[in-house]
Amino acid sequence: MKKIIIYLLALFSVAQIAISAETGGMPQLDPKFWISQIFWLVVTFGILLIVLSKFILPKIRNNLETRKSQIMENIEIADNQKINGEKNLKEYDKIIFDAKLTAKKTFNLAKEKIQLDLTKEREKLEGELNSEIDDVEKEINDLKKSAPEKISSIAVDAASEIVNKLTEVKVNKNNVSEIVDEQIKLLGNK
Amino acid sequence: MAANPMYQFNVYRIGPEIKIGEIDISFTNASLFMVISAIAILFVFNLGSKKKSLIPDKIQLLSELSYSFISKMINDTAGVKAKPYFSFIFSLFMFVLFCNMFGMIPYSFTVTSHIIVTFVLAAFIFIGVTVIGFLKHGFGYLKLFVPSGVPIFLLPLIIVIEIISYLSRPVSLSVRLFANMMAGHTMMKVFGGFVVSLGIMGGWLPLGFSVALTGLEILVAFLQAYVFAILTCIYLNDALNLHH
Repeated sequence: MKKIIIYLLALFSVAQIAISAETGGMPQLDPKFWISQIFWLVVTFGILLIVLSKFILPKIRNNLETRKSQIMENIEIADNQKINGEKNLKEYDKIIFDAKLTAKKTFNLAKEKIQLDLTKEREKLEGELNSEIDDVEKEINDLKKSAPEKISSIAVDAASEIVNKLTEVKVNKNNVSEIVDEQIKLLGNK
Repeated sequence: MAANPMYQFNVYRIGPEIKIGEIDISFTNASLFMVISAIAILFVFNLGSKKKSLIPDKIQLLSELSYSFISKMINDTAGVKAKPYFSFIFSLFMFVLFCNMFGMIPYSFTVTSHIIVTFVLAAFIFIGVTVIGFLKHGFGYLKLFVPSGVPIFLLPLIIVIEIISYLSRPVSLSVRLFANMMAGHTMMKVFGGFVVSLGIMGGWLPLGFSVALTGLEILVAFLQAYVFAILTCIYLNDALNLHH
């Protein structure tokens, strides 16, 4: 390829020098090749015009129009999707709002129920506790009442035993009990 | 090397002489660069239109950007009615642009630096626009030469001026492109010649100029193609939407 170009360039320059030696002035005004130039201009420009207008330019036009319509379509689709998205967002917000409302209601209901249960349980427990306390108090009172008698009998037994051990004398229990009672009374007075 | 800056515009035959009757239609270096430009355009835009990916690659982006660029240019200057002429203006712009750009390659040939080529294009546009104008508006198209709001006593003068300006359209259109390309390439050749004649000591300055001019010429190559196409659109606008 390069060789051909160099060869052509050399050919042109050699031919130019050869011809320019003969002529002078403006070669443009020499009518020798006018007809030839007109003929080849009409031929080349005509072919160029026909091929461009019949085959190449319609293809480019189609490409451009296809691209334009494609872009328009895409924009339309994008717009639709945007509208859909906004609608979905609204729905989503509504669902969230409803859910929150329901949750609050459920929470409140549960809270009330729990409180109700709690008070019931507490009342029941308190009742049980009260009755138990009453029972225990009664028992304590009974014990309090019976305590002095028991103490005196124990004291009588103990005293008579001590006396028996010390003196080896059988003691009359009635006498001992009198003395113990007296002593208890004295202790109680103190 | 060829010292004359005009030698680069010489047309010479490549291959055998082709004649139809007395008319010489031989294949020349000009024809070669027309064919190269056309093939390059078809190659680039065929490659750019093959893939149909949603996200374009570089070559597809290039062709699609060119398409939208010219489509927008036509819409802005000539309105919606000019849609059917899109293919023609696209081909015209690309052909002129590629011919100009291929001309920027050293030792190549600039097709658009020949008045006959630009004049044929401009004449075709002029005739086409005039035919479209008469087809769309009938003889009402002649109202183009009568601007509204002009005092009656000035009308004879204005109409003459308008007709002359209308008829000079193909000349101005073709000479603008031809002269720009020729002047630019001549100037570059002159500076290139200075580089050689001033030698290694003084040649750096014109070399720098040459480099700068190359950038400028690439800009001009694009700009002139754009101007050629946009003026075609403006003329088409006159024919399609009669404002006067």
